[in-house]
Amino acid sequence: MSRSKSTLRIGDQPWVKWGLITLALSVTILLLVIPLVLIFVEAFSEGAQTFWENLTDTYTLHAIGLTLFVAALTVPINLVFGVFLAWLVTRFEFPGRKVLITLIDIPFAVSPVVAGLLYLLLYGSNGWLGSWLMDQDVQLMFAWPGILLVTVFVTCPFVARELIPLMQQQGREEEEAGVVLGASGWKLFRKVTLPNIQWALLYGVILTNARAVGEFGAVSVVSGNIRGETNTLPLHVELLYQDYNAVGAFTSASLLAGIALLTLLVKGFVEWRQSRQRAPLSDQSDSR
Amino acid sequence: MSTTVAGLSSASRNKPGKRVLPGFALSLGVSLLFISLILILPITGLIVQTSGMSVAEYWAVISDERVVASYKVTLWAAAIASLFNGVVGLLLAWVLVRYEFWGKRIVDALMDLPFALPTAVAGITLAALFSEGGWYGEYLAALGLEVAFTPLGIVVAMAFTSLPFVVRTVQPVLEDLAPEDEEAAVSMGASDWTVFRRILFPSLWPALMTGIALSFTRSLGEFGAVIFIAGNMPYVSEITSLMIFIRLQEFDYAAASAIASVVLMASLVLLLAINLWQARYLRRLHGR
Repeated sequence: MSRSKSTLRIGDQPWVKWGLITLALSVTILLLVIPLVLIFVEAFSEGAQTFWENLTDTYTLHAIGLTLFVAALTVPINLVFGVFLAWLVTRFEFPGRKVLITLIDIPFAVSPVVAGLLYLLLYGSNGWLGSWLMDQDVQLMFAWPGILLVTVFVTCPFVARELIPLMQQQGREEEEAGVVLGASGWKLFRKVTLPNIQWALLYGVILTNARAVGEFGAVSVVSGNIRGETNTLPLHVELLYQDYNAVGAFTSASLLAGIALLTLLVKGFVEWRQSRQRAPLSDQSDSR
Repeated sequence: MSTTVAGLSSASRNKPGKRVLPGFALSLGVSLLFISLILILPITGLIVQTSGMSVAEYWAVISDERVVASYKVTLWAAAIASLFNGVVGLLLAWVLVRYEFWGKRIVDALMDLPFALPTAVAGITLAALFSEGGWYGEYLAALGLEVAFTPLGIVVAMAFTSLPFVVRTVQPVLEDLAPEDEEAAVSMGASDWTVFRRILFPSLWPALMTGIALSFTRSLGEFGAVIFIAGNMPYVSEITSLMIFIRLQEFDYAAASAIASVVLMASLVLLLAINLWQARYLRRLHGR
């Protein structure tokens, strides 16, 4: 929405305006830009050769592989769940609907360490499900399935949270018309619902992926932190840092920062597409 | 984020009980199964674990001197960080909504950097910036200010990771503010500061408060960013999440769960309070 120039608004005198802009830009540079620059400066502080050696180190490559593997499983799991949940709470009335919407917020409110602990208690060798699984020779904790479980937990609200407000707003008239015309459930979703929610869906996926790649607290509780086995990229950053290998740590960190920047870029693009698709709606700005 | 969800109840809904659309049973089944496995079961695990303790044992763990010191540090640091974010976030949101300037889109996109950047990366970056001889630490040391490895470092880390909350909750409200009152007041000759204080601020502050509360909740649970810069000295700069982590490493699962149950309850109460507060504020806003 472009605002027409009006003189009857406060803060438009040049000195106020430029004073505030300068202040905001300084804050942004000090708080966000310089830290970002530091990551790359540190990573390359011993030259591109060392950077490359650090990057292609066996343990680093393994950490990259594990991180991508976990994210590649987390995203589709939460995508499917998010769509089903959003469909359920926006298309039907039933008792307990509000409770369900509130429950989905819990992973956001729970500290990551507590999230990890919850899973350790349940599926660990002392846990009541874990000891049974142990007898079946299934080990979830201190192995990749545990990492996957906690990652699914901490990222499960993202897709649903993007879809629910949008699908509420769009209402269900279009889909009901489709039913009247005899469309099957799957066809209805593919032809009517999906085109309406595709950008929000993509947005949710990007946020899920970013968090899945970067989760640290919850993963460090359940991973056991075995180099070359259960070490994800954020844990690898910590391990190297504790080893006083700062350059190596910042090399892995620069990779994660690169993913973060890519996330912001794609997010900006999706937001731009969304605002073009639905020009009059202006309250779609949450992001977590 | 819950703003949008809570606000939409009545707009587009049919008579209850009439289910035209397909997929109710399927989406209910998937959602309930998923939520039970991922959310409810692990939380039950925590309750089972803590219920094995006697009240005296439980109390002894959660009121241990070192643990109490960690509550205090966490609460204080989170409070200062979220107040800082309140001021800076309001400034950034204001500048992004009200003014046009070169690079605005980039600044807007950068606002989400703390959410996109993995917390471990944020942690080592801030530690490097503020440590002795770091880009910021050097100058701050000249002023006699020590940030890294002190409680002040905890505040810095918490402020960084939760900055987007205030910006992203205030921004849409500021955009949607009706200009009439402001224009009337300005045309009657009120000063900018008076108009802001008497007319804009009363409409903004519920959103501002929500942003600050979200920032506070997130700060309470923050782990990855904090532990690298905090120094983690018992009684001085140890946060509660770290206490849980330490108890886990000592294989004292009971103590870890007891402290975690305190953190979990505190965050759930906060989440509930924020949601209720938002619902009330939205009702007032929509005249219902």
